[in-house]
Amino acid sequence: MKEEMTKNNDIYMQTDSLTVGYHGVPLIKEIALELKKGEILTLIGPNGAGKTTILKSLIRQLEPIGGVVYLDKNNVHTMKRDLLSKKMAVVLTERVRPEMMTCRDIVATGRYPYTGRFGLLSERDHQIVDEAMELVHISELADRDFLKTSDGQKQRVMLARAICQEPELIVLDEPTSFLDIRYKLEFLSIIQDMSHAKGLSVIMSLHELDLAGRISDKIACVKGDRIDRFGSPEEIFTDGYIPTLYHMTVGSYEERSGNLEMCPPKGEVKVFVLAGNGTGTDVFRRLQRSDTPFAVGILWENDLDYPSAKALAAEVVSVKAFCRISKEEMEKAKEWIDKAEEVICTLNPDQAGDFYPELKELYQYAKVKIVELPH
Amino acid sequence: MEREKKREKNRYIVAYGLLFILLIVLVAANLCIGSVNIPLKDLLGIFHLTGGDMSSVYGDIVMDIRFPRALAAAVLGGALALSGYLLQTFFHNPIAGPFILGISSGAKMFVALIMISSFYVGLKITSVTMIVGAFIGAMISMFFVLIMSRIMNNMSMLIVSGIMIGYICSAITDLLVTFASDSDIVNLHDWSKGSFSGISWSNVYVMSLVVGVTVIWVFFLSKPISAYQLGESYARNMGVNIPLFRILLVLLSSVLSASVTAFAGPVSFVGIAVPHLVKNLLKTTKPILMIPACFLGGAAFCLFCDLLARTMFSPTELSISTVTAIFGAPIVIYIMIRRKNRQE
Repeated sequence: MKEEMTKNNDIYMQTDSLTVGYHGVPLIKEIALELKKGEILTLIGPNGAGKTTILKSLIRQLEPIGGVVYLDKNNVHTMKRDLLSKKMAVVLTERVRPEMMTCRDIVATGRYPYTGRFGLLSERDHQIVDEAMELVHISELADRDFLKTSDGQKQRVMLARAICQEPELIVLDEPTSFLDIRYKLEFLSIIQDMSHAKGLSVIMSLHELDLAGRISDKIACVKGDRIDRFGSPEEIFTDGYIPTLYHMTVGSYEERSGNLEMCPPKGEVKVFVLAGNGTGTDVFRRLQRSDTPFAVGILWENDLDYPSAKALAAEVVSVKAFCRISKEEMEKAKEWIDKAEEVICTLNPDQAGDFYPELKELYQYAKVKIVELPH
Repeated sequence: MEREKKREKNRYIVAYGLLFILLIVLVAANLCIGSVNIPLKDLLGIFHLTGGDMSSVYGDIVMDIRFPRALAAAVLGGALALSGYLLQTFFHNPIAGPFILGISSGAKMFVALIMISSFYVGLKITSVTMIVGAFIGAMISMFFVLIMSRIMNNMSMLIVSGIMIGYICSAITDLLVTFASDSDIVNLHDWSKGSFSGISWSNVYVMSLVVGVTVIWVFFLSKPISAYQLGESYARNMGVNIPLFRILLVLLSSVLSASVTAFAGPVSFVGIAVPHLVKNLLKTTKPILMIPACFLGGAAFCLFCDLLARTMFSPTELSISTVTAIFGAPIVIYIMIRRKNRQE
């Protein structure tokens, strides 16, 4: 009992059998999330699953149909507005179209909960605004008209605005959608730094599963009318879970590497690829693009080529990691070579090493069928 | 950065200076120019500013007719501009205004109804009854506009439905005016087209009080308005009580446009044109700067238009809306074209 009490004291945000939806119609039921100070929670799930609806209910934009949201032991939906605004800041997907406001003006609106009756900024407020802009690298945009900046810049301005609000929890709805890869990483690393340095708690929704897996302390998967899974990334990204979460019927997703592949070509195998050590992946994708069914061999399961081969090839002749190639697998590979019209070899047989003479043998066996890859 | 701030500050000082000078010049022009032209020297004498010739005829013209009228044009013009500004904030729509959304027409309809029924009952109507009546009418129109905005959720459709509500209210008003045959109704006819003529000092006192209190209230809302400019969701996150704030915006803008309609009838386009001009003068949308500047700008704009209405084809007087439309409507067209271009 006592242990549970102290455990609960660490929790900063918590939902208690929260049911959310619009106009009294429940969309997602019995949501039980919890988050400690300094932790990052990410919501993932297919489009239209209700990630935004959940976030809106957490930030008091939407009245919950049932249950309670606690923030630092206060009920979010009944606590004082100004207290809430000092504890929680948001970055939303809603487009902001303020006329004749510079980026600095926008960032400065984050100081709203701290300014007086007329919202005039003190010296300290100005300083905090400058610091926030520096933190997200938009100082050079300060005097630019907000409407004349790119979507990615706007997004960073909105983050600076939220930081200015000096919150303990920051809630972001798909914050990386408009950012290119550099700014995606930069944006998320700023958030991670703040969670490390200042104990900022973060709740966000992301579409990038690979990034979600890297940055989040906890992940909640929204599926159907409930939170299907809630836990650490290791608990979520188990084999085969992501395709079921997203109802994927086309292509494949490899949880460990975040590798995304198209559908394998259909029909009789025409080509056999002798690959390994990461040399084959490009060829597999090329064959997929030209709609040529192929088989691959012989790959160890820890080979760099293995995930893409598994996703794209009609058949992969494989060997367990760190094991010797058995006779059986050699036979199977030779069978495929016989069936194939052509063989592509991406390995350099001279560099295959002494340890696996089988690969050299296979190369010799297939030699007559080996073709150069057209460029 | 420091230089940028300083430049901004200078701009605000210049803009406000300009508005004040414009206002003073236009008040003076409104007092001097007319069927009888009064020299500036005598005008100053009337206000005991110099020891010049204090002609009592001039004094009567200025103090009984022109001065209350000029004050009314200034106060009501300011009220109209501010009412427009509030509605634009509320609907996030730069061409929203009390006239175009049919709020003025609703107020007009209700005031006409009160005026005519009191003629028949034989009651004398006071300034306060007029304002209250106009306010009720404005709220009725506002109610329909709000319902429309819920259903349509589209900026241009909102404007169209506002214009339609305006037409319906105007048609009813015309009907009332046509069938009321009393000779007193001649006044009503002038008023229903919009005019600052026939304003008494007691009218001025009442309108100044009502508009003054409302404007101060609006000024105290400048902080939540600044939050609301980022949209409802962000404003809510900043701690703004959105339902209360929205109700206040509706009530205050209705009081302002009702005051105008009660005393001067419907006046078109000031509510859209002035906030737009002022915004471009200040090069900012910060409410704390916009609110007083809109009031000053609206005052100057209406003084200017009333001067033209009185003098252009004297002795025939134009209705005030004729003049405000000539200057205001092109600005609305300009705003729409610019928005369209920006979207593409």
